Amino acid sequence: MVRNPDSRGAISLQDIWRALDDVVDPEIPVVSLVEMGIIRDVMEVGGRIVVKMTPTFAGCPALEVMESDIRARLEKMGIDLVDVVRALDPPWTSDWISESARRKIKQIGLAPPQVHGGDFINVLDAPVTCPYCDSFNTTLKNSFGSTPCRMIYYCNNCSQPFEQFRPL
Amino acid sequence: METRLNAGLAEYLIALGDDELILSHRDSEWCGHAPILEEDIAFANLAVDELGHARLWYELAAELLDEDKERFPDHLAYFRDASEWRNVQLVSLPNGDWAFSVLRRYLFDVLEVERLRGLKQSSYKPLAEAAAKIYNEELYHVRHGRAWLPRLGLGTEESHRRMQTALNDLWPFTPQLFQALPGESELSGVVPTTPGLEAEWRTKVVADLASANLNPPEKSNPMNRPRTQQTEHMMDLLSESQMVARANVEARW
Repeated sequence: MVRNPDSRGAISLQDIWRALDDVVDPEIPVVSLVEMGIIRDVMEVGGRIVVKMTPTFAGCPALEVMESDIRARLEKMGIDLVDVVRALDPPWTSDWISESARRKIKQIGLAPPQVHGGDFINVLDAPVTCPYCDSFNTTLKNSFGSTPCRMIYYCNNCSQPFEQFRPL
Repeated sequence: METRLNAGLAEYLIALGDDELILSHRDSEWCGHAPILEEDIAFANLAVDELGHARLWYELAAELLDEDKERFPDHLAYFRDASEWRNVQLVSLPNGDWAFSVLRRYLFDVLEVERLRGLKQSSYKPLAEAAAKIYNEELYHVRHGRAWLPRLGLGTEESHRRMQTALNDLWPFTPQLFQALPGESELSGVVPTTPGLEAEWRTKVVADLASANLNPPEKSNPMNRPRTQQTEHMMDLLSESQMVARANVEARW
């Protein structure tokens, strides 16, 4: 438990998790870092709050923004002593993206990654559903899209190009 | 680990990072210039991936050398002269034809995946963890390159000719890829031996090239120089990539 300086009482780790659910993914602002599985753990260590996060992609240019957004959100609830640490193990997998996030991602026209259960290689050639018309009749155009975590597809049914969040 | 091993492994990791960073710079030069929009975007993102990988290797080296994890990667990237870099010559060659850049990436990425497969088993845990992360991403790089081989190799007479020309130009630089890296001789069990990666690389590459009707040149004059020797192109590359950082060393980003 951490003492809140503006005397709203003690803040539990659960309160912190809830607050972190407000911090959105800078590149997909309809989903939170918690829903994306980027925030792995929240701990209290010697009076400091340690937030453990893991990058989706090693070169993700949004990492610094995420860190400062996490700090800013916790500062807003009066928590100043925050360490945001990056961990690579276990490596982030798109299977950690929650059901709620998958629905929201699809609503903005981004196809969610196929669930693969451990080895994403197995789903790389599996059909991707068009987020606009739900057709399976889609074609991969490029394995790199507008960010390192997206691929470009074309829907042969509704003639709509769209991106997929890559399975990883 | 012992100090001696630390220094050797740091040297090794800096060489890996140098390969990634210089390739990243060359790929980033296509931003705004690639022949089609999708590839303009793809090359920019491949470059971002490699930049992230370079940073990971440099950060691991910083830990081993007891250097600052934030500042050491910047020091390596911006404040070393050409003679201090340890990348292979293949990655610093100027772009020219787009076929050349696609093929260079492919030749390099196949090797990288083979090396990472070994590094994932490293007895040094932070290295094994970073390798596992990078490995997953590199599989997409190889996939990108492999998709272009048949498109261009079997496309038109012109696209085939330009790919074969690129292959003839790149091939002499491939033997250097399989030289032991700096520090490697003392790192048994920590890293895979680089010469040991050649057979698997050759099998995969020759098969993929053949399926795109491309053939390594029968006669080529290998440019198998030590990693301490850089091409003359490195000076131009660094003068561009380091210009802003060196213009004001006190600047905060």
